[in-house]
Amino acid sequence: MEDEQEKVVIHGLVCPRPLTHDETVLLGHGSGGKMTRDLIEGTFYPPFENPTLLRGDDAAVVARPESGRLAVSTDSHIVSPLFFPGGDIGRLAVCGTVNDLAMVGARPLWLTASFILEEGLPLLIVERVTASMKAAAGEAGVGIIAGDTKVAERGKADGIFISTTGVGWVPNNRNVSGANAQPGDVVLLSGPIGDHGIAVLAARGELAFETIVESDIAPLNDLVEKMFAVCPSIHALRDPTRGGLATALNEIARQSGVAIQLEEEKIPVRPSVMAACELLGFDPLYVANEGKLVAFVPPGDAEVILGAMRSAPYGDGACRIGSVEAAPAGKVLMRTAIGGTRVVDMLSGEMLPRIC
Amino acid sequence: MRYITEYRDVELVQGVLEEIKSTITKPWVMMEICGGQTHSIMRHGIDQLLPSQIELVHGPGCPVCVTPLELIDKALAIASQPGVIFTSYGDMLRVPGSGSDLFSVRAAGGDVRVVYSPLDAVKIAQENPEREVVFFAIGFETTAPPNAMSVFQAQRQGLTNYSVLVSHVRVPPAIHAILGAPHNRVQGFLAAGHVCAVMGYWEYQPIAEQYGVPIVVTGFEPLDIVQGILHVLRLLEENRAVAENAYTRAVTFEGNRPAQQWIDRVFEPCDRKWRGIGVIPESGWRLRPEYADFDAELRFDVEAIQPEESPLCIAGQILQGLKKPYDCSAFRVQCTPENPLGATMVSAEGACAAYYRYGSRAVEREG
Repeated sequence: MEDEQEKVVIHGLVCPRPLTHDETVLLGHGSGGKMTRDLIEGTFYPPFENPTLLRGDDAAVVARPESGRLAVSTDSHIVSPLFFPGGDIGRLAVCGTVNDLAMVGARPLWLTASFILEEGLPLLIVERVTASMKAAAGEAGVGIIAGDTKVAERGKADGIFISTTGVGWVPNNRNVSGANAQPGDVVLLSGPIGDHGIAVLAARGELAFETIVESDIAPLNDLVEKMFAVCPSIHALRDPTRGGLATALNEIARQSGVAIQLEEEKIPVRPSVMAACELLGFDPLYVANEGKLVAFVPPGDAEVILGAMRSAPYGDGACRIGSVEAAPAGKVLMRTAIGGTRVVDMLSGEMLPRIC
Repeated sequence: MRYITEYRDVELVQGVLEEIKSTITKPWVMMEICGGQTHSIMRHGIDQLLPSQIELVHGPGCPVCVTPLELIDKALAIASQPGVIFTSYGDMLRVPGSGSDLFSVRAAGGDVRVVYSPLDAVKIAQENPEREVVFFAIGFETTAPPNAMSVFQAQRQGLTNYSVLVSHVRVPPAIHAILGAPHNRVQGFLAAGHVCAVMGYWEYQPIAEQYGVPIVVTGFEPLDIVQGILHVLRLLEENRAVAENAYTRAVTFEGNRPAQQWIDRVFEPCDRKWRGIGVIPESGWRLRPEYADFDAELRFDVEAIQPEESPLCIAGQILQGLKKPYDCSAFRVQCTPENPLGATMVSAEGACAAYYRYGSRAVEREG
């Protein structure tokens, strides 16, 4: 730029040439005009390249699947910091919605993505996030077919907020719902809990110690397909995200009107996550996950489903953690490692570190 | 994980429980003084594994719970002031003052931050010289040394924008208050291991002798707790009123002398009001006069704040072991962790919150 300016010789009255603004997000990027166009074509089209999106119409037009039912889910994503060990907000935005679809037995097909960018954010950050979304969408086999961008004044958003909506289709022979857990069902968990919550907390730099924990963010639709391939009659699935395993299980216990009996020593927690929880006074049952699922399955099918889970990329740590009983309805109970029993309640409010 | 897994070993715990069953000859009432132990007892279901002749009552050892309402209201008033960064241990944020809490102050625009150590608050003060940074210095003997250290560090660094809102409390005067109360039922104590790691347990021998109750320093893992209970039980059955140590891997008779010296350098004993109990003489610490510059109560004009407690809440009787959470008409009805009437429902260490989360009687009642 400096070289260029030196060459310019001004004769008389001329308008100053506008800067091109290709390094940071400005309010003009959300104006709907040329800058918006440049941002979309320069930053969003290349990674999300697919014919439906590139058509550039006001809505994406897609062909209806031949059979089955449509599943639709939407989710907004806010995370600080935007990048953390094991993932970033882009991967989170894709996997979060893909997984919500997979938890009702749907095969995810398409996503839409809506971005709220904070004025002043380096465009390089936006590009890193969209590249990560591209990779996650490719892994999950979904197309990002529509999108939107708005720019919020500096200080009125935290970097990037991403809202994604997903569309999938549910094959006719599947009937999965959080309300379908039945007494006698076996409860399966796909792997160790608490990785995401601890990884993000550590990445905030607020802990007085460092961890080697990485977030578990992953698209789970392939794992779910492998499970359905061996047992079409899975009753309930859920991904225990914010609020942790305890909150997800409480939701299902209430939706289904059943009791869930857990075995504390069967629930896998990595030693590094357990150590961080012990130091901070957190219970890993309440720490967030982004790449785990719990499944409620008929007892006769549990072993074969476990085998299928363990052969899938994000299910190698799968195990049985408990069973479903009729009463006390709506409650989650846990047999503790030393043989006592306790009630496992939902997370109430924000997870707070204990004083001592 | 070393020092964790072996103390949660089911066979070792069962072995101690068997010894408890074969030792006990009559009913006894014991108090675990510390909220961390209450939490552990409920979390691991230890209370259900004990013979019915042992009644555990939960003591006032939750620092969040006993911090007086007026101090919370003072914290809310200070945190609401423009230009202030108010820092606190996490679980103080949800403690209700008179009609508000620190979460609400934050939502209304106050700069309220959770820190894991008061030294983090000092760092925030260094980095924000134009802002007033206040740390909510609550807790028992465990948090007093780092809190004292933060004031010392701030003074040494010449920070003029750091202050502490102090509400420190001490365990031994609370035990005196419980044992001296006319309706006392407690016959033996599990003393708080972490407090004794700092202070030692020499202070407890005279209390054991004066009131004729055994006091046993106890840790926090399931095996620690059942061993502490067995130890108290043996002393009760043998009619020996002494203070002994069942947490030898962390606690010595003298305690951590340097930590005690730091407390003594910055703080001096004072009468302190305990939420739900009232004033207990010589039960707290305040800043020594030479550190008055770091006293948030003096720096901000909050002296006049003197609120009244909710009449429904029986936290005071619960903290003294006179009543259980199930005896409260508001428990699970008007009072829940989302909408706590009293502080014992707020902290994970509070007896009411522990019963709400883990109590199996809740299942029997509703199930």
